[in-house]
Amino acid sequence: MSLFRLEPRGEASKTMLYATPLLAVALTLASGFLLFLALGFDPVRALHAFFVAPVSSLRGLGELALKATPLVLCAIGLSIGFRANVWNIGAEGQLTLGAIAGGGVALAFYGEGAGWWLLPLMMLAGIAGGMLWAAIPAFLRVRFNASEILTSLMLTYVALLLLNYMVNGPYRDPDGFAFPESRLFEEAATLPILIAGTRVHLGALFALLAVAGGWVLMARTFIGFQIKVIGLTPQAAGYAGFSQKRIIWLCMLLSGGLAGLAGVGEIAGPIGQITPSISPGYGFTAIIVAFLGRLHPLGILLAGLLMALSFIGGEAAQIELSLPKAITGVFQGMLLFFLLATDVLIRYRVRFGARRAAA
Amino acid sequence: MNRRTLGKTLLGGLAAAAVALGAGGFGAGPAAAQEKLKVGFVYVGPVSDHGYSYQHDLGRLAVEKELGDKVTTSYVENVPEGADAERVIEQLAAGGHKLIFTTSFGFMNPTLRVAQRYPDVKFEHATGYRRSKNVATYAARFYEGRTPLGLIAGKMTKSNIIGYIGSFPIPEVVSGINAFTLALREANPQAEVRVVWVNSWYDPGKEAEAAKALIDQGADVISLHTDSPAAIQVAQERGLYAFGQSSDMTRFGPKAHLTAIVDEWDQYYISRVKAVLDGTWKAEDTWGGFKDKMLYLAPYNPALPQDVVALAEKARTDIMEGKRHSFQGPVKDQSGKVVIPAGQNATDEQILKMDWYVEGVVGKVPK
Repeated sequence: MSLFRLEPRGEASKTMLYATPLLAVALTLASGFLLFLALGFDPVRALHAFFVAPVSSLRGLGELALKATPLVLCAIGLSIGFRANVWNIGAEGQLTLGAIAGGGVALAFYGEGAGWWLLPLMMLAGIAGGMLWAAIPAFLRVRFNASEILTSLMLTYVALLLLNYMVNGPYRDPDGFAFPESRLFEEAATLPILIAGTRVHLGALFALLAVAGGWVLMARTFIGFQIKVIGLTPQAAGYAGFSQKRIIWLCMLLSGGLAGLAGVGEIAGPIGQITPSISPGYGFTAIIVAFLGRLHPLGILLAGLLMALSFIGGEAAQIELSLPKAITGVFQGMLLFFLLATDVLIRYRVRFGARRAAA
Repeated sequence: MNRRTLGKTLLGGLAAAAVALGAGGFGAGPAAAQEKLKVGFVYVGPVSDHGYSYQHDLGRLAVEKELGDKVTTSYVENVPEGADAERVIEQLAAGGHKLIFTTSFGFMNPTLRVAQRYPDVKFEHATGYRRSKNVATYAARFYEGRTPLGLIAGKMTKSNIIGYIGSFPIPEVVSGINAFTLALREANPQAEVRVVWVNSWYDPGKEAEAAKALIDQGADVISLHTDSPAAIQVAQERGLYAFGQSSDMTRFGPKAHLTAIVDEWDQYYISRVKAVLDGTWKAEDTWGGFKDKMLYLAPYNPALPQDVVALAEKARTDIMEGKRHSFQGPVKDQSGKVVIPAGQNATDEQILKMDWYVEGVVGKVPK
């Protein structure tokens, strides 16, 4: 005799689709409470240090926005592709290429008194760099039907090696004692700070624009409709005369361009130079963010902020309470675990008590 | 091993938390805490890397032991070298830490940027070259340790091929490769060094792969300049030799581990914290070697013949007493050109900017 059982729903529950992420967050917090208790920490104090203290100052909120910016930019692009069954896993590499291309522009005009046009040019170069890197798997998929999952992923490692080559060679600071880093960018090549006293730069605005643009594209345009149809039923899309190849190109270039923009935003923003490590895996984390946000632009914005908070909170908990760094990973893991686990509620409802004998 | 590491980390965390709770107490806490100097440490790897970051953390614990009544310490581990470093350093500074040690070269510019915004906080950056009013730099003359290692390798190799796992091709690592190779060829003019770059300070998977690749190319002794003991474990499995790095890694391969260059930060950290407490702290550069007790060698493997140990020991004591230098001329580069003339030693600047290989290293420095 079981206490409860699962009963299939006639159709997927819309309410549950949006409620389960919140439920997953609540379950994560509850488990975190128990975890801290078991480890011998004051759970209220630990959760406060993890989730509240880091964002209780303007500087903290700024850091949250700063960390979420590349995650949201990458995730918006990826989510549009995922809706159309275009699985771009290589945002990390496209981000890196964006940084290489945009940073190259900054270094090319170093010391030449560049004007206001330098930053827009860097941004465009970054977007183009990301697009170029995404165009390779797009071409291979359209022309040879090669899985973009594999090609885009493998190109990530090529991009990281290319970055290493650049910072050890052409981009290396001539006065830098042979350290593999570029010069520090000049003022004209650095993104303006939006809020004084924080590190929030213009890139955060781009991320918000991407959220709005992503929503308009998916909800209000014919292309967005085509993307959804191709994702749901490729055959129906074929009968309707929608070109799958065009959508693959569009999705790959869009996600690559946004990832490239995220990359140039990092080097022209908080980093201020080209270093061998630009991103601590934003391109990969963005995949989680996209799914956590249910592939919806607004959801992605919230998921990006939540993910950013889990990184920043992990650091704060280390400083405040000497919690091990692994706690960040534990929280992220729990969050995903509960999200996937509660997904069952979308298609099933829980019935308590045993099945009635008559049924 | 993994479980033990986890257990230790948890225990350490608990112990530290207990200390923090005990010191902070409840209610009257803040006033009492304010009197103590807060010292922060930023690590690039996990404390449990059993190498570079681990040794820095031993230094932190030494500070707590020696000055525990006057200071509290905290650390952040696994901090990526990128946009995140600045936030972590700033978080420490904003949280009332008055002395902050940032222990990896990639933290250089983030440290300087935060230092500008917190002029009353003192910063110490390891292995970098930029200083400012409140940023000091410090490093160990790691290359000195390479000289006895090179001599041992020259005597122990049978294939005359030494594998060398490099992290990043920065002068600190390149000068280590060169010092090692010069000593190697002194003991064994036929031997050569092959280098694999893993482009990371801490990546046990890549380090193990690099060790395997080098062994497959015929290397029978492995030297490394990365932070994990992965290569020692590979050497142990294959029945070959390896040198530990930063820390005594004997327990990861008792048969393979010949000796190790051990970084010792305890005395340095204690003296710098004391300087802040006394008000005598200055933003200066410290670059210490064997003589300054910032480096020592781990116990020699009992399998090493007596004469090899004696050779290594003599080199070490000679360096300590200033009778020997790791780069004494004539030193030729790969093209055979004399870079350091006979009768001279390399200057500190030459070592700090080293971006070329000496004769005996195969391949080119990545450029």
